[in-house]
Amino acid sequence: MALKNTYKATIGVIGTGNFGTAMANLLAEKCNRVLLHARSKEKAAKLIKTRKNGYHKIADNIEIITDISLLAEKCNLIFPIVPSINFRKMMKNLSPYLKPSHILIHGTKGFDFDGINKSNNRFEKSKSEIFTMSEVIRQESSVVRIGCIAGPNLSKEIASKMPTASVIASEFDEVIDLGRKYLKSERFLVFGSNDLMSTELCGILKNIIAVGAGTIEGMKLGENAKSLFITRGMVEMVEIAKTMGGQVKPFLGLAGIGDLIATCSSKLSRNYTVGLRLATGEKLNDITYSMREVAEGIKTIDVIHEWSKSNPIRIPITETLYKIMHEKITVEEAHAYMMKFPFTSEIKFLN
Amino acid sequence: MSQKRPRYKDILKRKKDWPIVNLSQNKKTFLDEVSQNVFKNLIQSNGRKTLHEELETTIYREKQRVTNNPWRVDPKDDLTFWRQVQKKQLSVKESKDKVTVEKEILKEIIDRYCKEIVGSFNKSSYRFAKRITTFGFARLLNAARVKGFKSIFSRQLDLQDQIHVVGEPDQLRKLAKIGTIVLVPTHFSNLDSILIGWVIQFLGLPPFIYGAGLNLFNIKILAYFMNSLGAYKLDRRKKNPIYLETLKEYSKRALEWGCHSLFFPGGTRSRSGQIENSLKLGLLGTTIKAQRSLISNYGKNAKPIFIVPVVINYQFTLEAPSLINEHLKRTGRERYYRESDAFSNSKKITSFLMKFFTKKSDISVSIGRGLDVLGNYVNEQGQSLDQHGAVIDIKDYFLSGGKINVDKQREHTYVQILSKKIIEEYYKNNRVYSSHLVAYTAFKMLERKNPKLDLYSILRLSEDDLTLDYKSFKTNFKKLRGIILKLNEQGKVDVNEKFRYTADESIIYGLNNVGMYHAKRPLIKSKDEILILNASTLYYYHNRLEGYGLEKHI
Repeated sequence: MALKNTYKATIGVIGTGNFGTAMANLLAEKCNRVLLHARSKEKAAKLIKTRKNGYHKIADNIEIITDISLLAEKCNLIFPIVPSINFRKMMKNLSPYLKPSHILIHGTKGFDFDGINKSNNRFEKSKSEIFTMSEVIRQESSVVRIGCIAGPNLSKEIASKMPTASVIASEFDEVIDLGRKYLKSERFLVFGSNDLMSTELCGILKNIIAVGAGTIEGMKLGENAKSLFITRGMVEMVEIAKTMGGQVKPFLGLAGIGDLIATCSSKLSRNYTVGLRLATGEKLNDITYSMREVAEGIKTIDVIHEWSKSNPIRIPITETLYKIMHEKITVEEAHAYMMKFPFTSEIKFLN
Repeated sequence: MSQKRPRYKDILKRKKDWPIVNLSQNKKTFLDEVSQNVFKNLIQSNGRKTLHEELETTIYREKQRVTNNPWRVDPKDDLTFWRQVQKKQLSVKESKDKVTVEKEILKEIIDRYCKEIVGSFNKSSYRFAKRITTFGFARLLNAARVKGFKSIFSRQLDLQDQIHVVGEPDQLRKLAKIGTIVLVPTHFSNLDSILIGWVIQFLGLPPFIYGAGLNLFNIKILAYFMNSLGAYKLDRRKKNPIYLETLKEYSKRALEWGCHSLFFPGGTRSRSGQIENSLKLGLLGTTIKAQRSLISNYGKNAKPIFIVPVVINYQFTLEAPSLINEHLKRTGRERYYRESDAFSNSKKITSFLMKFFTKKSDISVSIGRGLDVLGNYVNEQGQSLDQHGAVIDIKDYFLSGGKINVDKQREHTYVQILSKKIIEEYYKNNRVYSSHLVAYTAFKMLERKNPKLDLYSILRLSEDDLTLDYKSFKTNFKKLRGIILKLNEQGKVDVNEKFRYTADESIIYGLNNVGMYHAKRPLIKSKDEILILNASTLYYYHNRLEGYGLEKHI
């Protein structure tokens, strides 16, 4: 493997999960130095010792660090890629070292939401308590130049050097340009979008559908059924996003359909796997316990379920998945229910 | 009682230290700088049109304007000028040095615009106008209220009793010594600029420059005040890029020269009566450009620019009936409307002023906390603070790879951030009076009573359907008041002290004040009923409390 290291730049990545590691490796192909931040000393020590992370081989010019202030000091461009549930905490730790000159491009596909485990009347009934990661960055730090990366990016395929593409979305062209400069390669295309929020919603909401597609596969209902499900799922994603103030356009691109197709058809997707195992009768707790990494879709289904209580929207797919996950109905019952559901017009969002 | 209130000393004793005096004394240098920069920017910018096309359309539109929509303030040679440049452009079409000549024409147009825009500030007429606004109004007030010739010389009552300056005036004074202030008030009435003019000198600040609609200069009495209070002219009829670029450069340069400025970022007066929820980004953006330019020229010694949101709280708006009619016509899809006539001549204004001073109605002006050009709060030393209160360096916003660079798209996004923040501050600093809430309660009850009717049908209801039961009115009033007070505790809105009176007192105070100067009061109480006499002005005053989510509670 020939390293190119075209640019003399130090880029930061926070999070040693699969996607974080894959991104660090992609960046390491074009930049001479990448700092990869690990949350725990143990994890860092293991990575330093083995220079391997699961199926990823860690490139030589990646330094594993645990000091987050060092990361902020050395890197102007940082990619935070940690599970949504830890994201705010990570930002609180990082924030004291950040300046408005920093640029953050996150790769986390989940919501920040602290209302779930509290009593229901505590839950203010609006979007205002559910935040995307870019909003968390704005709330917790002085950084304004923010972007996100989304697209069909199954980590294992990236690790195997297979070709793919991503969308970098940001209100700032310079963020997109910078991301493209350091990520684009012969096997990794980078598209740009100025619609940050909608692009984030694409990445987040597709996980719901991925879980569902897994259940269809698990029940062996066939390709027609899966196609039916994914298509209806896409419509539901767009309806949710529109109610939250998002736009349709990004859903038709790589971050939307692109990512949806990839995650709904591959066992490499965690969310898909969750659905698959639910269909075979496993309990949610057992599934999450046995998984090495967080499947964002589970939390997203819970969040959207809560959110929908106070919003004028019908979300049959999300609701059904919620019931399956929380053992209110079986997958078979869910299947029967969905086939009887009185869908009205096929596509409303383009009217 | 006026003696107890603070009297602010001038922060700059000597007039020659005023930035505006410096600017008016060096007007030529200043205008040359502006003109050269506009020229440079326009030549460099790769717009969709070529210079040739740009000139062609500009000249065409300007000629159209001169013939179709002439104003009294327009220069006499308007038509001659545009004819002459057109001729010049037509004659060079085929010649080799076409570009050179067209550049010359561009420069000529820019220079003309510069001269049109520039204010004619003058120290001594400022002093006179200042005296009029303070002593003059105060005298008028005394004469009208206490009656009798002698009272003209008494100082019993003055403007301070009528106009309350609340919020952060002390911080504003401190910031004005450190950097350049940009006041961004809400805009409801044509009186706003005079009112703000009074506030500025009351707080001991040197005069501000501000862009005032050229149409206001049609009226002599206003033109006088505006000129002497440092106004420059904005012509809303001219929408061509050359004019807009000149205007923005003028504002940006003035900020760089340290001139405190006043923008009404809503653009025009709020037609609906609602607080601005979207701002014009063009002029606002000049603050960001000026700040970046100052930093790149002076580094650490660059003067900071501070944005100070101001909310003007009226309980009435003289122009309300015509404003709301315009608004309704517009939202009702009628494209054409006429300029309102409430301010069409000096006599109407004078009679309004008499009314204003003889009947008592509080006005308060809320001075918000100072912001930097990105909308971050600043401390009393003028340093920018992040949301955790830590000091940040404004320079960092303009860095790319460690260097300051010009990135138009970035700065455009910054303006949107700033604009959002200003609107947030407006809603926080808005001071709720009982009169706003009686209007809000009554109109919302009317809507609830007629759930099937749209707005326009509600406004056309017959007299019989325009009554509300006082008891349920009071219940709703109390409920909404509770919610507003809660919002107030959370720092989301401000309230007038009389708002806390008992419900009956508060309602009476509100009813007495809502639209009190209109020929037809919008709302009165009669026995056990609340009568709506004018639904559209009621709608106007009700709009002031839109945007707080109160509608969910009624």
